[in-house]
Amino acid sequence: MTTGVDTALALHLHEQMVFIRRFEAKVDALYRQGRVRGPAHLGIGQEAVAVGAASVLRPGDRSIGTYRGHAHALARGAPPDAVLRELLGRTGGICAGKGGSMHITSVEHGYYGSYAIIGAHLPIACGLAWADQIRGDDAVTLCFFGDGTTNIGAFHEALNLAAVWSLPVVFVCENNHYMEYTPIADVIAVKQPAADRAAAYGLAPLCVDGNDVDAVRAVIGAAVDRARNGGGPSLVEAETYRHGGHSAADPATYRSTEEVAQWKLRDPLLRHAEQLCASGVSDGDIEAVTTGVAAEIERITVEALAAPSPSADTAWTDMWSDGSSRWRN
Amino acid sequence: MPDLTYRQAVSAGLAQEMARDERVVLLGEDIASGGVFKTTVGLRDRFGPARVRNTPISETAIAGAAMGAAMAGLRPVAEIMFSDFYGVCWDQVAVEMAKARYMTGGQFGLPLVVRGANGGGLGFGAQHSQAVENWALCVPGLKIVSPATPADVVGLLAAAVRDDDPVLVFEHKALYGTKGPVPDGEHVLPLGSAAVLREGDDVTLVALSLTVGLCLAAADRLAAAGVSATVIDLRCLVPLDAATVLASVRRTGHAVIVEENPGQLGWGAGIAAILAEEAFIDLDGPVVRVSGGNIPLPVAAPLEAEVSVSTDRVVAAVSRLLDVPVPAVVSLA
Repeated sequence: MTTGVDTALALHLHEQMVFIRRFEAKVDALYRQGRVRGPAHLGIGQEAVAVGAASVLRPGDRSIGTYRGHAHALARGAPPDAVLRELLGRTGGICAGKGGSMHITSVEHGYYGSYAIIGAHLPIACGLAWADQIRGDDAVTLCFFGDGTTNIGAFHEALNLAAVWSLPVVFVCENNHYMEYTPIADVIAVKQPAADRAAAYGLAPLCVDGNDVDAVRAVIGAAVDRARNGGGPSLVEAETYRHGGHSAADPATYRSTEEVAQWKLRDPLLRHAEQLCASGVSDGDIEAVTTGVAAEIERITVEALAAPSPSADTAWTDMWSDGSSRWRN
Repeated sequence: MPDLTYRQAVSAGLAQEMARDERVVLLGEDIASGGVFKTTVGLRDRFGPARVRNTPISETAIAGAAMGAAMAGLRPVAEIMFSDFYGVCWDQVAVEMAKARYMTGGQFGLPLVVRGANGGGLGFGAQHSQAVENWALCVPGLKIVSPATPADVVGLLAAAVRDDDPVLVFEHKALYGTKGPVPDGEHVLPLGSAAVLREGDDVTLVALSLTVGLCLAAADRLAAAGVSATVIDLRCLVPLDAATVLASVRRTGHAVIVEENPGQLGWGAGIAAILAEEAFIDLDGPVVRVSGGNIPLPVAAPLEAEVSVSTDRVVAAVSRLLDVPVPAVVSLA
């Protein structure tokens, strides 16, 4: 039997994971109705990494991620209605309609953005962490990316720089076993895409079951504490699986139904619900979380779909710091 | 008003800004020991290793770290040693820092500078001599500065550091050894304000960086032949002071644009298009461009000269345009 504080935290983590799962399922449905503008890369099945990692951060810590970034923004507290409006291209979008699914950002909540060029944000994460190091702040930067990122130059340049400068940054590889449509095992010469590269930067090979939110909290929490206390960067490989395709448009026929079924048995939400039951939380309390989440998502969906499109002239704002896009007189 | 070399002006401008704002930090290859072009001499000793950071040979990490640091409130100045190396980190420059503010709906500023040695003339060959300011001009979201004199190096570098947007500063490696007066005390120029260096009635020469000196020398030779030329140093491509160029061309009726980058799609094409659209009725002849050759730069002196812009080419172009005999070169002896 866990303590009340532990149970409250566990229920909170569960609610976040369920919320992200239901949010992305709604995005998938809206995508199939042709209502989502542009692509949508969903992380259904990978929620425990985003939620577990965000739960060990403090306000003032920074995180940054990829085009598969809805979960990371929401886990830091980005307002879901503004995220949804961004995906749908309606007023009130979190990036004013200029980013869409692949660039969800909420600096107010410490989420410095979602970047859609593989590897590009790892050096940027170094810079975020460098700023805190120079100022003597104890903030930590968390940087999420996929297994496919470990083959691009920016990954290696960033890991090396972070190690050489002893930056307070934790790199988290979400190894979902596929780089887009190709098994990661086909395109790496080692077994584990991130952990097996860590030694090249003088880092320990840290691995965690990315479908176990408590394990994620423990391993990333320790890495964050180390970074906060001047111990430098870490590289964590979180093994997980996306239930769907690379994007909502990808039926993922390159994977066997048996493989997908096996991984769905390790669904992080099911496992966490089982742990909650085992710790004494009632089925009713768990069900209440799901019911509340479903109602909230329905409410923000209805409101978002009723919202008008942004005014076309706003396309010309926000390029320069003065708000304009003027390049000549 | 002390005389400084162009390279000393780089460190003087950086020192001026580092002294007034502790958020200004430097990163780049070999900069802590003064840099391969000696443009950061003395800065580590004066401002300390935390603010003057050597990096690995990792241009992507350099540019990306500058961007992240700017997002988190610093005002970084990153050195890309030779501007040819922008090719290695073009994603960071053109696809990340040029777009991130816009695509997040303005959630953060990017007060950063990327600076380095641009251009040819020293026999560095095809991979260390390119003038690439036209690459940047293809990318909305980047400001582009290229000073021609030591005073402008200080003033424009200071303005770039104080600007809240990404600014690329293209220094010219063939100008690093040139000397000129730099104003005493703090010196800052506005971005987007061209300098009219010489006023004439017959033709407007539009120049940037290295070509400013070529145009001033050409104007001297043309004056001896009775042709009076206006010489405009654009100083910046973005923001572009098109108004100054348009006003001058409306008065002279003739424009010759002199750019070091290849003519294929050099920045002069953009200026020519503006003149064609907005000053057509005031033009008394075609807009003429004198550009670098559409070819990689060779090393041997006569080969590099063959494909590069020069005073002779400017003089010849103006003479053709105005239908006057090409004035002879006046011997300095």
